[in-house]
Amino acid sequence: MNPVPLARWQFALTTIFHWLFVPLTLGLSLFIALVQTWYVRTGNEKYKQIARFFGPLLLLNFAMGVVTGIVQEFHFGLNWSEYSRFMGDIFGAPLAIEALLAFYLESTFLAVWYFGWDRLSKKAHLATAWLAALGTNISAYWILTANSFMQHPRGYTLQGGRALMADFFALITNPNIPFQFTHVLSGGLALAGFVVMAFAAWYLLKGREKELFGVAFRWGARFALIGSLLVGIIGHFQGQFVLQAQPMKMAAAEALWETEQPASFVVFAIPNERARTNALAIRIPYLLSFLSYNNFTARVEGLKDLEKAAVAQYGPGQYIPPVAVNFYAFRIMVLAGLLMIGLAALAVAAKRPESRPGLLKVLLWAPILPYLAGTAGWIVAEVGRWPWIVYGLLRIEDAISPNVSAGNIIFSLVILTGLYAVLSVLAFRLALKHGAQEAVGQAAEAY
Amino acid sequence: MDLNTLWFILITILFAGFFVLEGFDYGVGMLLPFLGKKDEERRIILNTIGPVWDSNEVWMITAGGAMFAAFPQVYATLFSGAYVALILMLVGLILRGVGFEFRSRSPSPRWRNTWDWLLFIGSLVPALLWGAVVGNLMRGLAIDARMTYWGGLLPLLNPFALWAGLTFVALFVMHGANFLALRASGEVEQRAKAVAFRAWIAAVILTVVFVVWAFFATDILTKPGVNGLVPAVLAAVALLLVGYFLRQGRFGWAFAMGALTFVLATVMVFAGLYPRILISTLNPAYSLTIYNASSSPYTLRVMTIVALVFVPIVLAYLAWTYKVFSDRVTGKKVIY
Ligand code: HDD
Ligand code: HEM
Ligand code: HEM
Repeated sequence: MNPVPLARWQFALTTIFHWLFVPLTLGLSLFIALVQTWYVRTGNEKYKQIARFFGPLLLLNFAMGVVTGIVQEFHFGLNWSEYSRFMGDIFGAPLAIEALLAFYLESTFLAVWYFGWDRLSKKAHLATAWLAALGTNISAYWILTANSFMQHPRGYTLQGGRALMADFFALITNPNIPFQFTHVLSGGLALAGFVVMAFAAWYLLKGREKELFGVAFRWGARFALIGSLLVGIIGHFQGQFVLQAQPMKMAAAEALWETEQPASFVVFAIPNERARTNALAIRIPYLLSFLSYNNFTARVEGLKDLEKAAVAQYGPGQYIPPVAVNFYAFRIMVLAGLLMIGLAALAVAAKRPESRPGLLKVLLWAPILPYLAGTAGWIVAEVGRWPWIVYGLLRIEDAISPNVSAGNIIFSLVILTGLYAVLSVLAFRLALKHGAQEAVGQAAEAY
Repeated sequence: MDLNTLWFILITILFAGFFVLEGFDYGVGMLLPFLGKKDEERRIILNTIGPVWDSNEVWMITAGGAMFAAFPQVYATLFSGAYVALILMLVGLILRGVGFEFRSRSPSPRWRNTWDWLLFIGSLVPALLWGAVVGNLMRGLAIDARMTYWGGLLPLLNPFALWAGLTFVALFVMHGANFLALRASGEVEQRAKAVAFRAWIAAVILTVVFVVWAFFATDILTKPGVNGLVPAVLAAVALLLVGYFLRQGRFGWAFAMGALTFVLATVMVFAGLYPRILISTLNPAYSLTIYNASSSPYTLRVMTIVALVFVPIVLAYLAWTYKVFSDRVTGKKVIY
């Protein structure tokens, strides 16, 4: 059996699991730090209770992020040893820096925060919340630095069949990073906002702890609105950047087979990869030109022409990524983003949310949207890079470990994803249980 | 000293730190179902390491990351080669990591008991496998001219490596018992004190055999130039002092000597390897060394600057954490 697709599945599934937990850690740690800051500034116990209520959830989620993250750290040696040999000079550095700068910080201070309510002064304790939040965000920055190199290699030389770092500064100021980092971070804020609102909505629907969760609801709504707006706006400009950096990826995400001028935007279609056309396309004329170049009549290159250019540049081979996957994933992300903006706006506008049971019931389920969008986003970013693992430099099939058999990969794939699935379900149930049981008085006891 | 050697030393330090710190975590995890008879006692045990286990684990992650950054070929060869063993270790670490969070969140005795045993397994398996990894590093692997090991799992499960694994388990249990003697309270503290000495005896026996075996089966203690003999002798002295202090009832000193044993044992292994990192048993010329397996001088320079700036900062706040959580854990203070 061919180990390449197995290794890809394994990476994709384990990474998607990691990503189920990462964005909530990013957003919720900031949420808690901010709420606790309000507590320290105003002395209002409510804010403290909110911070304490969400603390155990953050810890639970963090633990899942940690255990899935450890697997990530060793993945590159396990299944992708040729990748590690080729890229180690560049890729190892941000990973090691991430561990040194970020993982120590977040793991240490999150624990001190959680265990330290009665041990530290108010201000010192608040500082630990901020340091933990800072740690998670520094972590995101460095791992995205590593990923940005794969999307858009900068600051390297090729020598003896390996990519060597030529300019550290160019590595950490890769123009891909500002988009990716802010997009990911605001996605995390939006997710945290929706999760907070979902818990608050549950309490408001039950009519329990109305005052407290009214406050939590309003904070969550604002977080969700700011995050959703930012992630959409940044996503738009990121799309324009990716169009320059990896035109094939965006053409696939738009299912744009032929070059068009002016280009119309395909709202929905069923891409047919054999026939290289779309069935059933619903189009809006001029819109794609505008979205791509801020100009209603600009020319946008299609997949077939891009393929010719790629063959000319890199030699014969296949260069068109899986179009349908990319197209649907991109549409799911954007649709989810738009719905999120709408829902968050309604939630912010609701003056008395407890009297809007319909809205509250929708908000109970709304966290699904940012989770879907985030997963879909990574699928666009990673599958859209096909056939490259490092854009223009290294192909996926040249990156895997030659000495790891398909059987070994199946073994690890089944064990890891099976374990993740079971643990995720358990974590989710414990989270709901926490939400339902921990009436505020007990939550303050932190068990 | 060149930067390659400096990074070899830094990675030695990271592994030493990892074994000293995760060592007692693993030990505490392995002792959990035995030293804690009642639920409250088990929670006390968990809470002794509650605030620190994750940052202790980061030592391993950082050691892995540093190896990737400084010696990417080693990272690629070792992890693809020891594939199945590493996956099993990861499964152990996953169970452990979530176990701390999951265990006390449901009152059901069955749930809690199940997780206590999973925490035990999740501590035992990595301890055993880390020992086996070290044993195999000392013996060498069948690495070919392309720096690739094709042998699969079975050759890694040789008697020497398995013995190394058992030795690690015993040392970690001893270390964990010493730690509990310092931080637990009540019955647990008493039981830990009693267990520490018995674990010490087992550790001494296993270690003596291991070192003698290593003397004949590997060149770690005997190769010309830098070798591990002096640190091995010092490690033996430190280990004997653990027993001495345990007899005296001075558990702080016993713990410190245990930590020193781990540091010296790590130094022994790495000194014996130097300048090799992965020894090839097929042909010495195929061995991965700090020169043929390293990153470029530029990357090493960048990483050196980063490490010199940030390692002291990290060490400072880690020390602070241990100070904040240095009191004994009693039934009133359980959070996990
Ligand atoms: C944008 C953010 C982001 C991305 C793209 C990734 N991670 Fe992650 N990772 C985090 C953000 C993060 C985090 C927020 O810092 C986590 C998640 C939850 C947590 O506990 O920390 C974390 C945890 C985490 C841990 C455990 C750290 C600990 O013990 O404290 C490791 C080893 C990794 N990650 C490694 C990786 C690797 C090798 C990735 C690439 C494939 C990766 N992560 C993608
Ligand atoms: C920064 C380091 C990363 C590396 C080295 C990396 C590498 C890879 C590799 C080797 C594959 C399989 C090849 C392919 O199918 O394209 C892949 C695919 C994928 N990655 Fe990444 N990736 C990184 C970051 C991430 C992150 C952080 C995420 C999301 C959390 C992610 C999400 C995905 C997804 C969803 C796929 C699926 C592709 C498939 O169908 O195979 N990647 N990546
Ligand atoms: C609303 C409109 C949105 C647009 C126009 C948009 C645009 C984009 C684009 C173009 C990419 C590909 C970047 C690349 O290939 O490097 C991307 C990736 C991604 N998106 Fe979105 N996005 C939107 C909404 C969202 C939402 C709501 C979320 C989650 C809450 C999200 C999460 C992600 C993630 C996690 C990635 C992968 C990481 C990255 O490359 O930045 N996106 N997005």
